[in-house]
Amino acid sequence: MRKDRTARWLALGAVAAGLAVTLWFAVLDPRAEDVPTVGQGDYLLETTEGAPFTAATLTGQPSAIFFGYTHCPDVCPTTLGDIALWQQELGDRAAAMRFFLVTVDPERDTIPVLADYLSWSEGIIGVTGTEAEIAKALEAFRIYAQKVSGEGADYSMDHSASVLLFDADGRFAGRIGYQEPVETVLPKLHALIPGAG
Amino acid sequence: MKTVLLCAALCAPGCVMAQDLRISDACIRAPMPGAPVVSGYLTITNPGPVADRLTGGRADFAEVVQVHGMTMEGEVMRMRQRVDGLPVPAGATVTLQPGGDHLMFSGLNFAPKSGDTVHVTLTFDHAGPVTLPMPVCAGGPAGRVQ
Repeated sequence: MRKDRTARWLALGAVAAGLAVTLWFAVLDPRAEDVPTVGQGDYLLETTEGAPFTAATLTGQPSAIFFGYTHCPDVCPTTLGDIALWQQELGDRAAAMRFFLVTVDPERDTIPVLADYLSWSEGIIGVTGTEAEIAKALEAFRIYAQKVSGEGADYSMDHSASVLLFDADGRFAGRIGYQEPVETVLPKLHALIPGAG
Repeated sequence: MKTVLLCAALCAPGCVMAQDLRISDACIRAPMPGAPVVSGYLTITNPGPVADRLTGGRADFAEVVQVHGMTMEGEVMRMRQRVDGLPVPAGATVTLQPGGDHLMFSGLNFAPKSGDTVHVTLTFDHAGPVTLPMPVCAGGPAGRVQ
């Protein structure tokens, strides 16, 4: 009987904790979707194409920006694979959209490392910078990233896994979730590309 | 002989029987260029009466083979080594797949590419070491692994 009651309280506690997390991300989260300043800031980064990457880079053409790192075994390759699929589905329209991978691990992801990593793909531009500038960018884009120690000097990164979308005016235009089905992704991309869909 | 017959009866091609465990759909991602880590996926079925646990493994091409768990909290991905291993309860099927539990190979001294098959020895508490072939998953380095 007592065990039953304990189990019920535990279950209730779990539900309450779940609700709290949902509430945080859905309602109270300071990184909420409607913040018009997402992406705005004075960060100065560099791309694998040799160009600077600043808040001004977001204007001119719509962009999809993903935050990841090269020592990431699962989420990042999956997302890069998804991006390749979206590009394929967009066909001729793909060139109208820019795709960026911004590293959350500037310590290991230098320009040559990122360039090599992305060499299999066409049209995904790598972005890195000093730790201080990356930190500024993560804050500007409301991206969570946290180093997690592994064995020895090894470490991994917990990080936000969604792709952020920006329209041609550099305004934040929503997110694509991790492993979101292509059926719901394509309308989001088409909406940003002038004359598409 | 019994094992071989069982295997023929229960296992599709590419499936490995070890003690009471049945391992299928094993594959390893082709690493992205220059990436020192890669993940591997498989399905483990334990039709027997004894609970088991996947604790780790080893492979010639990687310094370290670990079992990793991954969780999403909101849109934040968190990856951790399962230091106590991955339980494979009696009668259960456990799947290691993208976005969830996976094998993590790090310190690669060889980059498997499409068409390659590597051999990996997994360590189970009960079944002991199990060596299985793991072909490179279809779809290239960033292919969607189903």
